[in-house]
Amino acid sequence: MTTRIARLALVISIALAAACGSKKSPVVEPQAPPPADVAPPPQPVTQPTPRIINEATPTVPPVRDDALTSSSLDDLNRNSPLKPVFYLLDSSDIDPVAKAALDENAAVLKQHATWVVTVEGHCDERGTAEYNLALGDRRAAAAVAYLRSLGIAADRMKTVSYGKEFPFDAGHDEAAWSKNRRAHFVITGK
Amino acid sequence: MKYISLSFAIALGVAAVAAQTPQQQPSELGIELKSSGGAPPRLAVPAFVALSNDAETVAAARTISDVLWNDLNYEHEFSFVARDIYTTIPAAKSIDDPPLDRWREVDADGVVVGSVQKSGSQLLIRYRLYDVRSRPTRQLVGSEFTGSANPRRYAHTISDEIFKKTRNLDGVARTKLSFSSDRDGERLAGTIENRTVREIYISDYDGENQQRVTVGRTLNSFPTWAPDARSIAYVSWRRGQPNIFVSHIYDGTLTELTKGPSESYNPAWSPDGTRIAFSSTRDGHAQIYIANKDGSNVRRLTNAPSLDTTPTWSPRGNEIAFTSDRSGTPQIYLMSADGLGGIQRLTSEPFADKPTWSTSTNEIAFESRTGARFDIKVIDVATRTVKQLTFGEGSNESPVFSPYGRHLSFMSDRSGKLQIYTMTRDGRDVRQVTKNGENRLPSWSN
Repeated sequence: MTTRIARLALVISIALAAACGSKKSPVVEPQAPPPADVAPPPQPVTQPTPRIINEATPTVPPVRDDALTSSSLDDLNRNSPLKPVFYLLDSSDIDPVAKAALDENAAVLKQHATWVVTVEGHCDERGTAEYNLALGDRRAAAAVAYLRSLGIAADRMKTVSYGKEFPFDAGHDEAAWSKNRRAHFVITGK
Repeated sequence: MKYISLSFAIALGVAAVAAQTPQQQPSELGIELKSSGGAPPRLAVPAFVALSNDAETVAAARTISDVLWNDLNYEHEFSFVARDIYTTIPAAKSIDDPPLDRWREVDADGVVVGSVQKSGSQLLIRYRLYDVRSRPTRQLVGSEFTGSANPRRYAHTISDEIFKKTRNLDGVARTKLSFSSDRDGERLAGTIENRTVREIYISDYDGENQQRVTVGRTLNSFPTWAPDARSIAYVSWRRGQPNIFVSHIYDGTLTELTKGPSESYNPAWSPDGTRIAFSSTRDGHAQIYIANKDGSNVRRLTNAPSLDTTPTWSPRGNEIAFTSDRSGTPQIYLMSADGLGGIQRLTSEPFADKPTWSTSTNEIAFESRTGARFDIKVIDVATRTVKQLTFGEGSNESPVFSPYGRHLSFMSDRSGKLQIYTMTRDGRDVRQVTKNGENRLPSWSN
């Protein structure tokens, strides 16, 4: 109790000192004695304006003489003979159905020995944005590893993970989710 | 009793400055206020007085008092006099002479009065916070500002000053959010799929002043503010594979932190801003690495057959929490930031990811699978007690703490589209801060 009273006394005396101080100038904040007893000058409030950054344009892969224009690659990808591979929830296992699809893709890639592909790893929204980047990579890598075991050269296959950023079906049910858990093949060179 | 608590807070602040001692910790101050028994002090923030009749000054005066009320309300440290009563009380003729008796009648403990004056091309803003119950009248806080900033900025500055001086609390009114948005609707080139470009945006903490800070025309996502709030690390697919770039958004320069052909993502700044932890597939599959902020001196931290991802630093920078599926499902783990010593499992959830460490309590928030989708939970690192903050209203994901740990931001599709939200650290006062397009993966600046 005595400490409380002592503390209260301290409070009141300091509060009074602060109150007296503020009489001298309307702008002063409650302040201890120290040097300048004058109102602080107006403080400029500036806010840095973020500039839009002109970032480097994407580096375009060198175009080989025999390469087709990108629109013809687009046409090829629209009717792609390369099949997507689907996965179970939270899994990157290549199951028998996936194996069958990859067996067919391997045959196509052997038939078109100059084709270069990117294997996109995708996940459904039942995983998290962050972990799905790693899972999408593991899915694409699993598909590529199986194709390599069938004799497709590693330098013909790139992988990229899109996590759950670009679902193929925007729905929120298993019908949509099962389409979105996939390794998706894009022909990038012919 | 309310009067005592308000003035006691001030007195403590003054005493601390006078003695040149370290400032009171918010928790100590909070305990004093609690023991003094009253409800939170009741404030009134009547419209600031426009000292000229031009439209700009009148609009600025209205904006500043409205924004200030919102800022002061955000921390739940004060209660407020109902605003429809304000009109029954005459406006202050001068900020040095507000009708404090009238404010006392409506049970206010404090009143913030202010004025806005045009001064050339700039505005001059003055304000005072008065203790309404003291006799003689006592001014608790007061300042003046000038400049050509957005009027909201003055309100944010005043709010932060009032919190600092009356509660010794660091407010978030001048902090910013960053997130990834598809609002520009531009179609991604180089694919036959229907994919939309995403760019990094920033906004004030309350969602105002949204501005784009990248022009990658690609998938740009996972922004993370540097501790100095002047740079943003983010993941861009512009070279094909996802890799980490650092935009120094006020200097207009860019650092390529990681380069392909491997993938790197989930950047996390060390609290001192010198290093970035991230996950990368450079040695085969996703593992945790640390690099200096210029991309040099890359060190591998985890070495496991599991996917190790989504690192976050402890407030002191000596520990890293991360996600690993080494147990079969993704869970949160702890390790020392030098990668030496053991790895401790923290969570036992069906699926846990995106740990974010509070700087004020020893707690880690994360996203947890609850049913088909996700909710935000918080785990006390010492006791391992888990609290759930959201309850299945849409999927609630990718939490990040505000700089002082009193709020969280996260993304949710509860409105139908993915949007950015904020809420208090105990899950109350959920506010939607984006509306335009879909917006994902928030980061909160210091």
